[in-house]
This record gives sequence, structure tokens and C-alpha cells, in this order.
Amino acid sequence: MNERIRLLISRLAAWTAMAALIAVQPVPPAAADERLVVPRNDTWKTECSACHLAYPPQLLPARSWRAIVQGLDKHFGTDASLDPATAKEVQAFLEQHAGRDRGGPEASAPLRITDTGWFRREHREIPAAAWAHPDVRSRANCPACHRAAERGDFDERTLRVPR
Amino acid sequence: MRLLMLGCLIVTGGILTGGAVARAESPAGIQRGLEAAARQRVPGFVAFSAQRGEQLFKTRNGDWSCASCHGPDPLQPGRHVRTGKAIAPLAPAADPERFTSTAKVEKWFARNCNDVLGRACTPVEKGDVLAWLLSLGR
Repeated sequence: MNERIRLLISRLAAWTAMAALIAVQPVPPAAADERLVVPRNDTWKTECSACHLAYPPQLLPARSWRAIVQGLDKHFGTDASLDPATAKEVQAFLEQHAGRDRGGPEASAPLRITDTGWFRREHREIPAAAWAHPDVRSRANCPACHRAAERGDFDERTLRVPR
Repeated sequence: MRLLMLGCLIVTGGILTGGAVARAESPAGIQRGLEAAARQRVPGFVAFSAQRGEQLFKTRNGDWSCASCHGPDPLQPGRHVRTGKAIAPLAPAADPERFTSTAKVEKWFARNCNDVLGRACTPVEKGDVLAWLLSLGR
């Protein structure tokens, strides 16, 4: 067999193996400095970032995501419904990478990230005026203050609260 | 062997270029699709009306109109009324990505008509709005 062809085939095999390895890497736990490693899924990113930041899956437990995806036709006051195939893919991705479940009855799964205990604790020093600022308006608007939220970075170094 | 290698390359190439193969649609093509649907549904249908489209877009129904999020001028960016997220301009003259996928167009009309009007929009209403959007910035 031609030497160049042999080399090319072995490279192709190596690339495939590398791609497979990257794909199955487990997601590291949230770093202490509050930068999340956001897993990738193009469907999730496109669909969930249409109206707001595509909130990293780690921010809610699996049962919360399940309830959210199954109730997309009434999603916090708007119709955000997806076709069944897309919804299934998004739900599987969110559940796969979901955050730790803190227990409690099934019905108590938080539907809003802003209702979780850690969110309230982390934001307890934010004054009401900052929440009401025209550039913020909603607690769901992470990137208004967390300038690098798009890439999962919620660290204080990239934080700028509008005044 | 050569044939096998060629096959390998074609498969790899196909994976790499993937989505780019999907053919993009045009606003005019989508408008033609809506027109066919309108003719089927309304026997005496003549033509879409940009004027009716503008009116539908700006009319408040309860709390919301289309303009609540898209803004009153579709050549300018809008802002989601709840989340504050920036929304790209809706008029194809300002954003060539707009109205280039029937699936996306139907998905958003379904959601947003339900939010604003509490019902699905008819093909005539959709075509009217698109006629208005296409008349802007040209």
C-alpha cells in the first residue's frame, strides 16, 4: 500500500479516536472560582438562547429541567413550545448535565434558577436599585452583570453591576 | 484500497461540512408558500396587504403586541420585554437571516401569535406581516 495513504488512514483513525474521547469526557464539577464548564449541544444552545441566556444545565437539577421542558407551551408567561423531537433532545441534554438534586418532594423542584437557595445567597448583597436598573430589568438577565455568562463564567472578576 | 480510502474521505468530508449542505430558503419563497396556503383557505383571496400587516404587528391585544419585543421599527433591533435580551431586526433588509427557514418562521408565528393573540395566525395574517416587513428598507 502506498505509504502516504497508509499515513492518511492512520491519521484519520487517530482523529476519530480523539473526537470520541473528547465527546465522552465527564463534566468537571463547578470550579470554586465560579466558572462553569458548559457542555455543548447546538440544539440546546440555539433553542434556549433565543429569548434568554442558555442557562447552563448545572444550575438546576434534572427534575426541574424535565418539568421546564414539558411545560414549554406555558414558559413563564410565554409560549416557547418546541416540536417533540427537538424537545426530547434538549431535555436529554439538560438532564444528562443537570446539577445536584438537593432532595425534597418531587413537587418542590424549583422552576426558576432565581428561586434556588444558592441564587438568593449569592445575590443577597445586590441592592434593589441594581435589579431595577434599565440594563438589568429581570433577574433572568444574567449577562447584564455577569459579562462573560455566555461562556459559563460567573466569577466576580467578570462581574460589573450597573449603577 | 484506493476506493476504500476515497469512501473514507467522502464520509469525513460529509461530516465536516454537515449543516452547510441544507439549502437556505428565501423570504420571497416563504411568501409564495404562504400565498398558496392563503389561496387554499380563502377562495376569493387577491393579495397580501402590507398595510394590514403593519396594523396587526402594532395592535396591542391585552398586554402585548408584536412590537412589545420586536420594537415598533423592524429595521431596528428589539428587546425581549421579559428577559431584556436583544432581538435582531425582523425586516429581511436589516437582517438577511430573517425568513430563510419555513420551519423557523412557522415555529415563531405559532408561539408569538399564541402569546399576543391567544390563537394561531392565519396564512393571510402571516403573509400580510411578511409583506409589510419586505416593504421596509427597500
